[in-house]
Amino acid sequence: MTTGSSSNTGPTHKLVEAGVTLLIALFGVIVIAGSLKAGINWGAEGPRAGFFPFYIGLFIVASSGINLWHGLREDNDGLFAEWGQLRQVLSVVIPTGIYVGSMPFIGLYVASTIFIAWFMRWLGKYNWITVLAVAFGMPLVTYLIFERWFMVPLPKGPLEEWLDL
Amino acid sequence: MEQLVNLFHGFAVALQPYNIMLMVIGIVLGVIIGVLPGLGGANGVAILLPLTFSMSPTSAIIMLSCIYWGALFGGAITSILFNIPGEPWSVATTFDGYPMAQQGKAGEALTAAFTSSFVGALFAVVMITLVAPLVASFALQFGPAEKFAVYFLAFCSFVGLSKEPPFKTIAAMMIGFALAAVGLDSITGQLRLTFGVTHLLNGFDFLIAVIGLFGIGEILLTMEEGLAFRGGTAKINLRVVLQTWKELPAYWMTSLRSCFIGCWMGITPAGATPASFMSYGIAKRVAKKGSNFGKGEIEGVVAPETAAHAAGTAALLPMLSLGVPGSPTAAVLLGGLLIWGLQPGPMLFVEQKEFVWGLIASMYLGNIVGLLVVLTCVPIFAAILRVPFSIIAPLILVLCAIGAYSVHSSTFDVMLMLVFGVIGYLLKKCNYPLAPLVLAIVLGDKAEEAFRQSLLGSQGSFGVFLSNPLVSTIMILGLIALFWSVIQEGYSRLRSAATA
Repeated sequence: MTTGSSSNTGPTHKLVEAGVTLLIALFGVIVIAGSLKAGINWGAEGPRAGFFPFYIGLFIVASSGINLWHGLREDNDGLFAEWGQLRQVLSVVIPTGIYVGSMPFIGLYVASTIFIAWFMRWLGKYNWITVLAVAFGMPLVTYLIFERWFMVPLPKGPLEEWLDL
Repeated sequence: MEQLVNLFHGFAVALQPYNIMLMVIGIVLGVIIGVLPGLGGANGVAILLPLTFSMSPTSAIIMLSCIYWGALFGGAITSILFNIPGEPWSVATTFDGYPMAQQGKAGEALTAAFTSSFVGALFAVVMITLVAPLVASFALQFGPAEKFAVYFLAFCSFVGLSKEPPFKTIAAMMIGFALAAVGLDSITGQLRLTFGVTHLLNGFDFLIAVIGLFGIGEILLTMEEGLAFRGGTAKINLRVVLQTWKELPAYWMTSLRSCFIGCWMGITPAGATPASFMSYGIAKRVAKKGSNFGKGEIEGVVAPETAAHAAGTAALLPMLSLGVPGSPTAAVLLGGLLIWGLQPGPMLFVEQKEFVWGLIASMYLGNIVGLLVVLTCVPIFAAILRVPFSIIAPLILVLCAIGAYSVHSSTFDVMLMLVFGVIGYLLKKCNYPLAPLVLAIVLGDKAEEAFRQSLLGSQGSFGVFLSNPLVSTIMILGLIALFWSVIQEGYSRLRSAATA
């Protein structure tokens, strides 16, 4: 699925892993900062709210340090993924981001229909009949199972309001 | 004796037509979940959990646990026919299952896998029936220090037994604990780690994390690989089944050993995946035809499948009796218990007899139903895999979104799910284990509560964790589990030094 020009290059595994480890360490620092704000000492009611997470934060930072050291020492020149593969991953992440971001405004059903149609048409290259059948069929089945049968309400938008569902 | 009476009451509950219907629905959904890439036991159950909000807890757990059994069965189908493990615990099944399918013996391999799964699960259920009430009555005497010690043991076993680097396991676990700590502190009622974001007042729900980390993360991994399915067709008929069943008793020793390995690994939260590998490895070393392993030996299918199912089932023992789930899926079931208003742990056996024994009885029945369903419907399930991924993927993503939304009816959770998905993809690629992370989110609050209450009782002295024989034994077991790989290495070095 990758294109020829980008089939053999990409970020190295070492680099990405170091980045992930640093992000985890940063998360640990945030946890420590938050715990300090909540109070990590012994109060009238016993250990205060930040007591436990403070040590958790320390553990995160410490283990990240060790992981970073191990990762950098490792003799691994492999790629994390090829650029083509990453593009493939992003081609799912970005539309999914738009999909979940639009859900509060247009409702789950309309968003899902558009999302499924987009996915099948652009990534799957299906003909329109198949695309429309699945894109309209799936939300309809969802509606019947979730809202009608199990009575779990799902987010609705202006269209459902207009249809008075 | 009392247990038998309770079990019969359980059967009476599980055999109600409505519950049997839920069982069949659960198994079928579970197999589909097990077969599809990107949907696994844990996030499959998490997505379908909201459907059970309106049911009685007993019916709900029957359906959800049957989804779990179905997923365990389903993993084997893809491993054998397509050489693609639908679930991590069926990786070891591909070693001999796929070669068998290539030799035209797919029917035999599938029958062997399903039957072994059934045997492993049955063994574990019998063990749960006998042992769980004892463990629960024993655990009723636990104080906060003992409770914390049990959590400690559970998490240390993760570090010692997982195949990922220990410090990555620790990091993943601690991320889980930190996420669990966000929001309202249950003891002081104080807000913490929210940094003024109102959406975080109630903290992170582990169901959202499960759906994101396992569901979305898995889809992204599959996208990266540009998946295409190629594989044999499934044909099972009665003749093949009966013939394979005639062969299987010859492997009773492998089967029994795998049952024990599975139960042990399931109770300690190492889980089904290492159990299946370990069982396969030992069988390969011990078996007469061990050198043939990997070329399509039926014993190589029996060993991992039996162990994986025994482990998957045994994971419910600590969940029911101690409130400590042995696997991510068991953790989701435990989360379900909390949502239905039940308090997991030893008190269940006292206060919710109908629920517990209904569940245990449904494990017997569910596995029988499961065996029948998979044996008769394999071709249908295999056909699902021929549906191209570009149709399956958006449908699974939409399902994940629905599941994430319906937990709290919040669209913020859906966005959070996507964030967890990207995190899951990155962590998985960098070899961080996700199971301890999820378990830490589930158990974080309880572990912290037990920890702080013990310290309160002892005026802040850590000596409380070694204050009586019971708590010190559990703590020391935990430490042994934590340093297990180091101990093993030291031992083998000592031995080689002695022989040299």
